Amino acid sequence: MKFEDEPVPGYPLPILPGHTSPGRFERVLRAGAFAVTAELAPPDSADPEEVYKRARVFDGFVDAINATDGSGANCHMSSLAVCALLTRVGYAPVMQISCRDKNRIAIQGDILGGAAMGVCNVLCLTGDGVQAGDHPQAKPVFDLDSTSLLGIARGLRDEHRFESGRKITFAPRVLLGAAENPNVSPVEHRAVRLAKKIAAGAQFVQTQYCYDIPLLRRFMTAVEEAGLLGQVFILIGVGPLRTAKAGEWMRTHVPGIHIPDSVIERMKGARDQTREGLNLCVDLIQEVRTIKGVSGVHVMAYRQEEAVAEVIERSGILAGRTPWYPGRDQQINEDRKLS
Amino acid sequence: MYTVRLWSVRHARGLASFYKGFEGVLNKLHPLFSRIGYQRLERPVAAVERQVKGLLFDCRMCGRCVLSSTGMSCPMNCPKQLRNGPCGGVRANGNCEVKPEMRCVWVEAWRGAESLPGGLDAIQQLQPPVDRRLEGTSAWLRVVREKNGGPA
Repeated sequence: MKFEDEPVPGYPLPILPGHTSPGRFERVLRAGAFAVTAELAPPDSADPEEVYKRARVFDGFVDAINATDGSGANCHMSSLAVCALLTRVGYAPVMQISCRDKNRIAIQGDILGGAAMGVCNVLCLTGDGVQAGDHPQAKPVFDLDSTSLLGIARGLRDEHRFESGRKITFAPRVLLGAAENPNVSPVEHRAVRLAKKIAAGAQFVQTQYCYDIPLLRRFMTAVEEAGLLGQVFILIGVGPLRTAKAGEWMRTHVPGIHIPDSVIERMKGARDQTREGLNLCVDLIQEVRTIKGVSGVHVMAYRQEEAVAEVIERSGILAGRTPWYPGRDQQINEDRKLS
Repeated sequence: MYTVRLWSVRHARGLASFYKGFEGVLNKLHPLFSRIGYQRLERPVAAVERQVKGLLFDCRMCGRCVLSSTGMSCPMNCPKQLRNGPCGGVRANGNCEVKPEMRCVWVEAWRGAESLPGGLDAIQQLQPPVDRRLEGTSAWLRVVREKNGGPA
């Protein structure tokens, strides 16, 4: 998808009618393309090149890159900083904000700061508990929850005011996202919980890993029955498992991850488990694509980021389009010259 | 107390209607409260409230009680203090991600809300972030004061 009003990398696109952000991600979603996002694990380092290196592996295969905010309650480079680096060269980051580490004063400041640096997408999260990470001795903040954070972010954008009511002079023009986990208790209420997030301001949703397709289908049916289709763009979380053992470890140790036995069995039965993990991921993406109401996939390939391109390529979901990356258009022009 | 808290959710219907009646009684007492002065009442009433709600709901005295919107399951017992629904880390058995031995307060909240007339609508109401200045103050007095046009 090439936009005619393509700007110099690092500068925003014009906002189209009916859009809330000047971002590529919103454009792709509203154009009805099957969108692809991927998760970038921020480095344990102050070197910007490490961020760029991690982003480059996705070049040409993803529409937006999620910068996680202390995921798993582990300490890494901040999501705001990763996003600022990414927007400098034109990438479309999704800035994840967790309520675990910052209060409403810090969070609202980050939303303004992020938008000022070209962030067009914000994912509002509650965040894992501190017990899950490398600093269990830290103070959990949780001044807000993900839903009230959505409301506050929307207030900043649409009503041009802080939670306190104080006016801001230029609103952050961001697409607001929320997370959902269709797999965990109370499963039967997850769709109505999503409705609440949409009412609070969520425009897109990225889910936790969905390895259980029948369960996902039930969730999407409930979403449809709740009348939510068309109100929100839903991207389903997928990712390759490295080994059966890794899958087993994840489902027992990482909060909120559900992997059915059949998936573990399939992995166990394979001679090359890592390869089978990729095959499985391709199969999942292709199945997910057929489910009504799904707008895309969110690939979380922790420590297998270099495999994302192959998985996307093999799944065929881009249907021939090349998502923007720095240098894409020069490349396309070169190819044209050659042919 | 944890077991009493679970009992309270199981009896959400009865407790909610009792609570409603109780609120009516408190409301009628507004003229008396005004005469004595809300400020003078604050400490003794908050102390009673802390004991009663502490026993029944493990109340944390956030000062802005939402029990009637959460199936009588106090959301401040959630280690993340979520006031709008559960997080994505609830365990397969319905227990908390952070405290594995505790039921998720939101799994409980839905259970309680299902037994309340209109409870599922109430649970869908967006709850604003807590005003942390109200911590430790009486939510009972606040409700009566606000209902009668007084300050929060």
